[in-house]
Amino acid sequence: MAGANPTPSEYIQHHLTNLTFGMHPENGLSFAHGAKEASEMGFWAIHVDTLGWSLFLGFIFIFLFRKAAKSVTEGVPGGLQNFVEILVEFVDKNVKDSFHGNSKLIAPLALTIFCWIFLMNLMDLVPVDFVPTLFMMAGVDYMKIVPTTDVNATLGMSLSVFFLIIFYSIKIKGVGGFVGELTLQPFGKKLIPFNFVLEGIGLIAKPISLALRLFGNLYAGELIFILIAIMPFWIQWALSVPWAIFHILVITLQAFIFMMLTIVYLSMACEDH
Amino acid sequence: MNLNLTILGQAISFAIFVWFCMKYVWPPVMAAMQARQKKIADGLDAASRAQRDLELAKEQAGKQLREGKEQAALILEQANKRANQIVDEAKENARSEGARLLAAAQAEIEQEVNRAKEELRAQVSTLALKGAEQVLNASIDEKAHAELVEKLAAEL
Repeated sequence: MAGANPTPSEYIQHHLTNLTFGMHPENGLSFAHGAKEASEMGFWAIHVDTLGWSLFLGFIFIFLFRKAAKSVTEGVPGGLQNFVEILVEFVDKNVKDSFHGNSKLIAPLALTIFCWIFLMNLMDLVPVDFVPTLFMMAGVDYMKIVPTTDVNATLGMSLSVFFLIIFYSIKIKGVGGFVGELTLQPFGKKLIPFNFVLEGIGLIAKPISLALRLFGNLYAGELIFILIAIMPFWIQWALSVPWAIFHILVITLQAFIFMMLTIVYLSMACEDH
Repeated sequence: MNLNLTILGQAISFAIFVWFCMKYVWPPVMAAMQARQKKIADGLDAASRAQRDLELAKEQAGKQLREGKEQAALILEQANKRANQIVDEAKENARSEGARLLAAAQAEIEQEVNRAKEELRAQVSTLALKGAEQVLNASIDEKAHAELVEKLAAEL
């Protein structure tokens, strides 16, 4: 579809297509050429760009924080250490405020979620054509650089949180307590099936809402950047710049919300009724 | 897809956005970080200053204690010395008083002895005179022999 002069819909379609690698029924194990082939690969395919960029950004996060942690001083902190300390303090404060259980996992988890999602969201501020054009020159047709605009990435993270919720529920309350929580509220023993449907939906809704909120916000933001990009080039800045400035807030807020909700969900899982 | 003016539009937007961040987003963040750094530096400074003050105060207290002890020892020593002095003085006084008393008593005794001698001498002269009177059985002109008698009495 990468024609000489793509129509607007082709342009948008192109920018919303991941670099997909998988088993195509006709072409075998290969990269998909276009959204149609990608969908024909079905479930057993991977978005190489989503995985690659999220891993890359994750490594940046690890590298930076590791560097700061290794050269940590007790005296006046330098630039990087100061920055890292501010983040760690911020996350730690939020965890202490919201999570009353006793777990060594929650604070590092929250820090990782916040920083990683923030970095992935940050890619949204890079102009939509810069990196794809570079990859195009290198012969790669599709490149979506914002992993959080891929529902696979956000759902993957929220599923991890979901498993942690179940793990902690069972660990703190026992299997019986967890099952009881799912079946005996809010209407008591006579309406166990009804209770189970209600509580089950409540439980399933947690990871789904967590994933879709982040995905929706970032996907919409990216889409608007793409829409701005098909306007005449001399007017783009008038819309693109305010939207980008607004997006500074959105990406931070979305990372924060994901982190806070994770803490709150795990806190709820750890609370004994 | 090929390169067209879109990428130029995005470059312009990005440049403006970067400029905006440099101008309005970066400085407050940096200011906050610097404020934090300064706060930490000040806190550490204050802590080390307090530590130094504490050490100084400890040293001062030790010095004062030592001085006090020295002073007390000095005073004690002086008091001891003074006491010894007083005792010595008292002894000296007693000794001299004793000597004085002894001397006085001796003088008195001597005086008494002299007086007794004098008296004795007078009585002896009288006795001698009487004896001589009786021996000579004649009255002797007292006035004529007074000189002789005096000489005799003085020889006694």
